[in-house]
Amino acid sequence: MRVGLFITCFNDTLFPQTGVATVRLLERLGHEVDFPAEQTCCGQMHFNTGYQREALPLVRRFVRVFKEYEAVVAPSGSCVGMVRELYPMAAKLAGDDMLAGEVEELAPRVFELSEFLVKKLGVTDVGAYYPHRVTYHPTCHSLRMIGVGDAPLELLRAVRGMDLIELPEAEECCGFGGTFAIKNADTSAAMLSDKIRHALDTDAEVVTAGDNSCLMHIGGGLTRGRTGVETVHLAEILASEATEDGR
Amino acid sequence: MTIKAPDAFSGGAGKTPTFEESAKASLADAQLRRNLGKATRTIREKRKVAVEEMPDWEKLREAGRALKTRVMRHLDEYLLQLEESVTKAGGQVHWARDAEEANRIIAGIAKSHDAREVVKVKSIATDETKLNEYLESEGIQAIETDLAELIIQLAGETSSHILVPAIHKNRAEIREIFLRELDVDDLPDDPAALTEAARRHLREKFLKAKVGISGANFAVAETGTVCVVESEGNGRMCTTVPPVLVTLMGVEKIIPAWQDFEVFMQLLPRSSTAERMNPYTSFWTGVSGEDGGIHDGPQEFHLVLLDNGRTDVLADEVGRQSLNCIRCSACLNVCPVYERTGGHAYNSVYPGPIGAILTPQLVGIGKPGPDSLPYASSLCGACYEVCPVKINIPEVLIHLRGKVVRHKQDGDGLRPKLDPENVAMQAMAKTFSDVRLYEASQKLAWIGQWPLARSGAIHRLPGRLAGWTSVRDLKPVPEQSFRQWWKSNREES
Repeated sequence: MRVGLFITCFNDTLFPQTGVATVRLLERLGHEVDFPAEQTCCGQMHFNTGYQREALPLVRRFVRVFKEYEAVVAPSGSCVGMVRELYPMAAKLAGDDMLAGEVEELAPRVFELSEFLVKKLGVTDVGAYYPHRVTYHPTCHSLRMIGVGDAPLELLRAVRGMDLIELPEAEECCGFGGTFAIKNADTSAAMLSDKIRHALDTDAEVVTAGDNSCLMHIGGGLTRGRTGVETVHLAEILASEATEDGR
Repeated sequence: MTIKAPDAFSGGAGKTPTFEESAKASLADAQLRRNLGKATRTIREKRKVAVEEMPDWEKLREAGRALKTRVMRHLDEYLLQLEESVTKAGGQVHWARDAEEANRIIAGIAKSHDAREVVKVKSIATDETKLNEYLESEGIQAIETDLAELIIQLAGETSSHILVPAIHKNRAEIREIFLRELDVDDLPDDPAALTEAARRHLREKFLKAKVGISGANFAVAETGTVCVVESEGNGRMCTTVPPVLVTLMGVEKIIPAWQDFEVFMQLLPRSSTAERMNPYTSFWTGVSGEDGGIHDGPQEFHLVLLDNGRTDVLADEVGRQSLNCIRCSACLNVCPVYERTGGHAYNSVYPGPIGAILTPQLVGIGKPGPDSLPYASSLCGACYEVCPVKINIPEVLIHLRGKVVRHKQDGDGLRPKLDPENVAMQAMAKTFSDVRLYEASQKLAWIGQWPLARSGAIHRLPGRLAGWTSVRDLKPVPEQSFRQWWKSNREES
C-alpha cells in the first residue's frame, strides 16, 4: 500500500528518529512510504488553545496535501485525533461546506501508526527485537479520542526480548495537554509527579507511548530527576531489529 | 482552606481569581490533596463496578442524551406545559430572569409567612443565586440540612464538589467543626457519632420551620411532579415537614414524562454515588389535599423557574449540551485536574469539568476568572467517557477557548494584539502557513537555542515558558530534522 506519512511538525522538528523508525518499519512490512514535503502542522496547538481562526489555513493545507492518499499514517494519536475529531468542528466554524465535505471524505483514511498496523493491516508481530524492560503509557488522545484500544499493547507483546511491565494507573493523563503544561504549569506538574512515581514503580528502563508530546513531558520530568529512565516512542521499539545495535 | 475571594456568581465577577492563581494554594495543601485523592479514588472505583454490571449502559447513556437534547430543543413548550401542570396541581409558578429576581421572590414568600428561619435541602441553584446571603440581609436565616452542606455552612466555607460538598474535609476536621459550632460536650470522630450530633441539631430545626426550600433534580412537564434525589432523608424532611415549600429550579431540569425516570433513575445513582438504587427519592405534585384532613407534605408550594444565563447557553449550538447535565459529578471524580486542585480552585458553585464549561457560559465570556476555566483541563477526555448523558466536555472546552480568544482579539485597542501569547500564536501560524518559512525556522531554532541547550538538555526557559522548566527539562532541537533526513536518504538515493 502507498502510505502518505503525516510526520507531524513536532516529530519532524524535535524527534526525527521517530519518523525514520516509522519509515523503516512500514517499508520493512512491504509498503511504499511517501513524504509530501508541503506538510507543516495540523493546527492542533492553535485550535486547542483557542486560536481557531489561525488554525484554519493549516486545516486547509493538510487537506490539500493529503487528500489523494489511500492511507495517511502518523506516529501520533494526538495529531490524528485533531484531524479525525476536530477538523469537522473547524470546517463548521469556518462555515465552509466544501471543506467539511473534504474532511469527511479524508478523515477515515487518517490513521495512528499502531491502529494502522493492527486494525487496518491486521499485523501484530512486526519482527522487532528490543531487549529491554519497558512500560507503556496509553496517551489520552490515542485511548479516548481515537480509540486505538489495545493495539499498541498487542504490538509490544509480540516484540522479542522485551520485558513489558504494566504501568499502574496507566490510563490517567500525564499532565501534558499542550499549552496546558504552560498555562497551568503547577497542576500539570502535580499530574506529572504521579505519572513518574508510577513509572518508577515498574522499575522499567524505558517508558514508551504513541505520542512524543506526552513522552517529552514525561521524559522531561525523568531527566530532571536524573532517574536514569528513558522515553522511547513506540515506533522506534517496533523498528528495532536484532541485527541492529541495540535499538 | 477557606475561600474568601468572590466566586464567578458573586456579582463582582471581574475580581474572581483565575484558576491557575487559585490552584497554586490548593496544590500546596497536603491535607487537601490527601483527602481528595482518597475520596475520588474510592468513588471512582465504586462507580466503575456499578456501571460495568449494567449490560445496557451505553444504550442508557444514549437515551439520556437523546431525552435531554429533545428537552433543550423544545424547552419553550415544555416550560409552559410544566407551568400548567404545576398550577393545576395547586402549586404556584414564578419566573425568575436572574439571581436577583429569584432571591426576591423566595424572600417575599418567606416574609409573607413571617419565617425568620428556613430549612434547606442541598441546592446548587440557590448557591448560584447566593440565596442564603440574600435571605440573611433580609433578616432570615437559612439552615442547610444536608449533612455535608451543614458542615461547610458551620465552617463558613463553600462547597467544593457537586455531590459531596465537604469532600475536602476528613473526619477529624469535621469533629473539630462540630465541637466548635454545635452544642455538644465531647464527640468521638467515628461517622455514626458525628451523624448523630448533626441529626439532633437538625431535628429541632425541621420541627420549627415554617418554610422549606429545595432545589430539584427533575420536574416532569406532563404531570408537574418535582423530584429530589438524596441519600440522607433530610431532603425528605425539608420537602414534607414545613407547611410551605419553595423549590428553585434551573429551567433545564425538565423531563418530558414520568416514564423518562426509567432512564435517569438508573443513570444518576450509579454515576454519582455508585448505588444501584437511590436511598431517598422524593416526588411531589403540587400540594397535598384541601379537605382539611391529615396531610403529608406542604399546603403551599411555589416553583421558581430560574434562567440566570441558561437561555444564553441554549443559544449556542455547541455549548448547549452543557445544559443536559444531571449533576451526578462523575466527571469531577475522574478528572485528574479536579483530583489534585479540588473544587475551590474553580471559584464557582459548579467545579470540575462540568463547571469549567457551565460557569463561563452562564456568567458570559469576557471575565478573566471564569474565562480561565476552559483552560483548566489537559483535554484528557476522562470526563466525556463517564458522563451519563454523553456531554462532550472536551469539545465544549475547546469551543469555549475559541470564544475566549476571539472575544479578546476582537476587543478594542492594541492591547489584545500585543498580548505575548497572541503575538507568539500569530507568528507560529504564519510560519506553519509557508513551508519555506517553516523549514527556515527549524534551522533557526537549532541555532538559536545554543545559549540554553549547551549541556544536552534545556534546564531553564525564559518568560512565560518558565513554567515548563520548573520541574521538567526540555529536549533540545536536533541538528537534522526529519525532512532533511528524508531528503538525503530517500529523495536523493
